[in-house]
Amino acid sequence: MRRYSIFTLARNALTGHRDWPRAWRSPEPRSRYRVVIVGGGGHGLATAYYLAKEHGIRDLAVLEKRWLGGGNTGRNTTIIRSNYLHDESAALYDHALRLWAGLSRELNFNVMYSDRGVMMLAHNPHDVQIFKRHIHANRLNGIDNEWLTPAEAKAYCPPLSIDRTARYPVAGAALQRRGGVARHDAVAWGYARAADSLGVDIIQNCEVTAIRREGDRVTGIETTRGSIAVEKLGIVVAGHSSILAEMAGFRLPIESYPLQALVSEPVKPIFPCVVMSNTVHAYISQSDKGDLVIGAGTDQYVSYSQRGGIQVIEHTLEAIVELFPIFSRMRMMRQWAGIVDVTPDRSPIIGRTPVRGLYINCGWGTGGFKATPGSGHLFAWTIARDEPHPVNAPFDLDRFASGRLIDEAAAAAVAH
Amino acid sequence: MLRIPCPFCGPRAEIEFRCGGEAHIRRPADPDALSDAEWADYLFMRGNPKGVHFERWFHAHGCQRWFNLARDTVGDRILAVYAMGAEPPAGLRREAEVRGDD
Repeated sequence: MRRYSIFTLARNALTGHRDWPRAWRSPEPRSRYRVVIVGGGGHGLATAYYLAKEHGIRDLAVLEKRWLGGGNTGRNTTIIRSNYLHDESAALYDHALRLWAGLSRELNFNVMYSDRGVMMLAHNPHDVQIFKRHIHANRLNGIDNEWLTPAEAKAYCPPLSIDRTARYPVAGAALQRRGGVARHDAVAWGYARAADSLGVDIIQNCEVTAIRREGDRVTGIETTRGSIAVEKLGIVVAGHSSILAEMAGFRLPIESYPLQALVSEPVKPIFPCVVMSNTVHAYISQSDKGDLVIGAGTDQYVSYSQRGGIQVIEHTLEAIVELFPIFSRMRMMRQWAGIVDVTPDRSPIIGRTPVRGLYINCGWGTGGFKATPGSGHLFAWTIARDEPHPVNAPFDLDRFASGRLIDEAAAAAVAH
Repeated sequence: MLRIPCPFCGPRAEIEFRCGGEAHIRRPADPDALSDAEWADYLFMRGNPKGVHFERWFHAHGCQRWFNLARDTVGDRILAVYAMGAEPPAGLRREAEVRGDD
């Protein structure tokens, strides 16, 4: 890998930026790999990177049905935070947050992680109580999260309206200062480039059509670009997890819903942080490009359509305009949906499956982007050692039989 | 937004309805006889098919009645509406089985 630096930038500027090398190869799939990762989104590429870097597994390929980061990695609102209620979740998401801090340097790729703070608004006594409970639980887990009065919230985010006559007035806010945003495409590209440089084959336009088993062990896969024999198979395909699990002969506690987001026309810097409100259902930040990035809710029914209903974004925009009257005349430019894999307890599944040699990382639902580095790091450990890392051990598939659920429904930003 | 053909009221906008999730999940007749895995399968595991999906809908802001609906989850096209307690139309059931759904 040719390193990116100020010197290579200057050198390439002299030649009109015509001589940059490709960031990763585009190899033909081989007929056998020790490990294959299905899914070339952020989580899958991160898994491949850490497998190669920390576990020395280089006989490794990532298969992507379409293009890298074209699924939920490229469709989310890029919010990063770790102020989850339960100890298991706090450990999981903070593991990722600590990796975010050094990620650009680690990958030699600017992922534009910006810890501008994530502020979650409370609108009623119940919100105030639950957020304060979160803050206390977070403090016990060593995770920063602090309470702001309405005036302090307004000082942190000046466009916010704290008008007491609003339909849902702001009663206060919980602020995680280490939270923020990152550039979603750059995360996929950075991991892809770094993994490729360690010898990982990244194969796009390659869809898995069948999973081969001998007894209870996985032996290979059929793809649109031929058969591949594998020793171990990792599935990281978000909304399509149930489809892949069915190919392998087991069921998942997952339903897939379209989750919508939209962006406005670009404007000059106006919005300094991330603001979320579970109660009125809105979340918003401003990208470095200048557009407001707005997250809406899921549809109420299972779907793979990647569209979403218009009433869902109407609902969110009503809330945005009430919280930020300054944006009432902004024009929205684009709207889309990603298919999110929602579990009954709104916590992910990272671990082994009933099929030996087959591992799954799914169920991140409406909030997986924030966990990308941690998810890949832990999943790589799980695949390489055939046992979970202590951080992801509670997030196994067996918890749905044992009843030891990790209920984060209240922490999820999106109303389900 | 879907336009849902309520069998009692006719076509109405989706905002009048509440989706009740996957249909035809039967509560086990003898829960005590179930293993933990079988109980988990009943409580939590779902078909989540990419194709024909049989689901329950409730006309909350209309007749207040439940019914079953078959929908293609790829394009959200509604394929059939049928009564609670009834089996799905045979043709659609075969299509779901061929794809390995349900």
